[in-house]
Amino acid sequence: MVVISDIVVQGVQMLLVLLLAPLLTGFVRKIKARLVLRQGASILQPYRDLLRLLRKEVVLADNASWLFRVTPYVTFAAIWVAAALVPTFATGLLFNWTADLIAIVALLGSARFFLALAGMDVGTSFGGIGSSREVMIAALAEPAMLLIFFCLALVAGSTQLSTVANFMASSYVGLRVSLGMAVIALIMVALAENARIPIDNPTTHLELTMVHEAMVLEYSGRHLAMIEFGAFLKLLLYISLIACVFLPWKIAVFGTGPLSYAVGAGAYIVKLAAAGFFLALFETATAKMRVFRVPQFLGAALMLGLLGTLLLFVSRSF
Amino acid sequence: MSPVVLQMSCAAGLLGIAGLALVLSGAKSSTAIVYGVTMAVSLAALFGSIRYLLGDVLNVSGLTLPIGLPWLGAHFRLDALAAFFLVVVNLGGASASLYGLGYGHHDPAPHRVLPFFPAFLAGMNLVVLADDAFSYLLCWEFMSLASWALVMSHHRGPGNAKAGYVYLVMASFGTLALLLAFGLLAGPAGDYGFAAIRAAQHTPYAATLVLILMLLGAGSKAGLVPLHVWLPLAHPAAPSHVSALMSGVMTKVAVYGFIRVIFDLLGPPTWWASVVVLILGGVTAVMGILYAMMEKDLKRLLAYSTIENIGVIFASLGLALAFQANGMKLAAALAFTAALFHVLNHSFFKSLLFFGAGAVLTATGERDMDRLGGLIHRMPRTSFVVLVGCVAISALPPFNGFVSEWLMFQAVLQSPELPQWALKITVPAVGALLALAAALAAACFVKAYGIAFLGRPRSTAAETAHEVDRYSLSAMFILAALCLLAGILPGLVIDALSPITTDILGGRMPTQANEPWLSIVPIAESRSSYNGLLVMLFITISASLAVFVIHRFASHALRRGPAWGCGFSDPTPAAQYSAGSFAQPIRRVFGTLVFSARDHVDMPAPGDTRPARLRIELHDLVWEGIYQPIAGAVGFSADRLNRLQFLTIRRYLSLVFATLVTLLLVLAIWS
Repeated sequence: MVVISDIVVQGVQMLLVLLLAPLLTGFVRKIKARLVLRQGASILQPYRDLLRLLRKEVVLADNASWLFRVTPYVTFAAIWVAAALVPTFATGLLFNWTADLIAIVALLGSARFFLALAGMDVGTSFGGIGSSREVMIAALAEPAMLLIFFCLALVAGSTQLSTVANFMASSYVGLRVSLGMAVIALIMVALAENARIPIDNPTTHLELTMVHEAMVLEYSGRHLAMIEFGAFLKLLLYISLIACVFLPWKIAVFGTGPLSYAVGAGAYIVKLAAAGFFLALFETATAKMRVFRVPQFLGAALMLGLLGTLLLFVSRSF
Repeated sequence: MSPVVLQMSCAAGLLGIAGLALVLSGAKSSTAIVYGVTMAVSLAALFGSIRYLLGDVLNVSGLTLPIGLPWLGAHFRLDALAAFFLVVVNLGGASASLYGLGYGHHDPAPHRVLPFFPAFLAGMNLVVLADDAFSYLLCWEFMSLASWALVMSHHRGPGNAKAGYVYLVMASFGTLALLLAFGLLAGPAGDYGFAAIRAAQHTPYAATLVLILMLLGAGSKAGLVPLHVWLPLAHPAAPSHVSALMSGVMTKVAVYGFIRVIFDLLGPPTWWASVVVLILGGVTAVMGILYAMMEKDLKRLLAYSTIENIGVIFASLGLALAFQANGMKLAAALAFTAALFHVLNHSFFKSLLFFGAGAVLTATGERDMDRLGGLIHRMPRTSFVVLVGCVAISALPPFNGFVSEWLMFQAVLQSPELPQWALKITVPAVGALLALAAALAAACFVKAYGIAFLGRPRSTAAETAHEVDRYSLSAMFILAALCLLAGILPGLVIDALSPITTDILGGRMPTQANEPWLSIVPIAESRSSYNGLLVMLFITISASLAVFVIHRFASHALRRGPAWGCGFSDPTPAAQYSAGSFAQPIRRVFGTLVFSARDHVDMPAPGDTRPARLRIELHDLVWEGIYQPIAGAVGFSADRLNRLQFLTIRRYLSLVFATLVTLLLVLAIWS
């Protein structure tokens, strides 16, 4: 009985992230449009886009291999599993102990690995430029993220995300220098990993500095739908991650019953909306940087993460 | 038959096969016979060592042969540590022999490979079994020379003669360092048996010198930066199955030597030794993978990536030393297990990848990635297993590379409890270096796979490639399956390693077999846990679910057409991204610092019709900064001393007289 309710709660979480992910992207786009005094598309537009793509035929390049056709599903699955591991409305769900923060980084790494390979599969220059820049960004963002997670793990004494979230929700954390550095660095990494301004522009398509969009240029139809869906999920994942660790307000502890889950879910949606709003505000207010400024940006995130970890090695009270 | 006798008979059998190969030299079926019998003997040794490791590990058995030094004899001994490394050696040996059954037929000069191949394996087996310094060094030299002969088997290939020369020089240097280290360990009494060395007390001064000498001796064989220079020359020069053995196995034998001396023979470690090992490991990891990133020769890329993995292993060993010096047994066992697990993993996927490179070489005759491409269509099976190898080596779940990296990061997170300030600062910095190396490794293998196997063929050889024989394929498939198995069932491996940590460190990780769902829990479940099996299941289930939903509800229409490329279709395959251009972003980020990289663009003036040219200048600062000056100094002094060769007899006699007088004077002043 307990196992079944565990599975149900976990299933609800997995469906919830699936359902909310396009909505979040639609919301961010809407806010961005309103901020520049445009009407903007409906916030339901991403769902319509996905449905439209699913109905369309796939145009596959002549020399595309099986890897190209498998990648959309592999990336989507890896991101979805990673998203299922991040507490959204409640901590301590069924899957949480199968993998920890380090595994989440690696799962996202797997998704990127396959996507970058798919970018090179057809053998066009666009795919190559996208993949080579993507791996350059990842080569800096991934260690930065690992160091940020070291920081969190040292503060909470665990790399289990649930335990970390529970610890952060408890009262005796207080303001810490290391956590301040970690949150700034994590936001920087999240911007880079989700191909947001100032690293990459999610709305452009034909621009020489583009990264992510160039990599997936050859995709169409249902394959593109899976990749887009994966990208929506990834944005949701990062926001949930930041929220559950640094803003664990009202997050339900596992086994406290449906009412507290409902409160947790409500709080979660409020958090998502707030984060989406600030993301849109930030993107509207900032210009995109040149691609070779990105290493400096991510290098700063890496150094912040390292500094935070070092401080914790010096003393646990930082 | 006692376990050690079994292992020794297998080693003797391998030596016998080497003799047999000499006799058979030139016979038509010699390739099949030699590799077949070698595989059988390696398998026997492999099963023997696995049975020993899983069964009666406490039954340490020794064997003394009446050869070697007259007053000492030759001692051989099998304990848990040796058994583990025998598993690595013989698994590599068996798979390389299986691969050789197919690959060996393409060898232009099999008689230059066949006798040395089993001899090389025998040498590695004997190094691991040796239990006195004399036998150890003898077997070590035998292993080095056999591998040197294999490197030189294609001695007319471009650069191979230089590779053999540099390897020989570095191997002699390494052995010299080991010789001195064992001399110090034996002490003034000169007892060369490992049992006596283990029992003796070593002064801190001697221990320091031994550590430095072992880092030079074992480190040069393993490929620690800056002693790595021979490795990317020599490993690729050998036939591919031998490259796999050299990279996947011989470097591990060097790691074994380091562990045996530093952890076992030398007694309790000092904490600052760990700082040295940690820093060397971290720097080696990052430098190795950056070199690999810049490389366009497939086999050299793999050789450089070996250097990275050796760095990871040494960094974990450094952590284990740090914990051991501070009496933190559990954490030391964790770091040590991570190192050994990575040794095993690296032997799996590096052998697999070298076999893959060999298959590409057989099919196309090319090692240069800029002349490959599109092989996924022509060689589907090879491409699939190499993809598995690339995913595993990039430390991505659910494969084995991730588990050892994960264990290592868990060990890093145990280290704030270390009391020494130097360690408190070194460990997070090394952790950052290892994280960077892991991320760069993924980038590097995206490049290797993407350029060589994906895209459009860049040469006719790549266009007309064909799938390789079934022996080579089965060897690769077995290794790929092992990569997955070790990734989803890591608890079994960790439990099998626990007798070693108990033996060497006096502590062990908690038993993993009792954990529910085959999770691994290094310290406590509230701290961290990982379950490779479930991660794989979840990925499979969610991917299948996605596929099911898409195929149930979405359009099935699929049309093949020319690549879109924003309407601009590249006219020739040469316009694709190449190895150099793929590495360009990372070269711009790290290259100026690490390689003094410069891009020179030669842009013709408007109206000029000659093509624009881009020249990339990369410097190997280690080679130019350390090795070239030494080589220059040796050459300079040799030139000067050359004059002594052309003297008259009178002058020679006066030289002898002067030397005699000087020596007598020295003696007089001394006493």
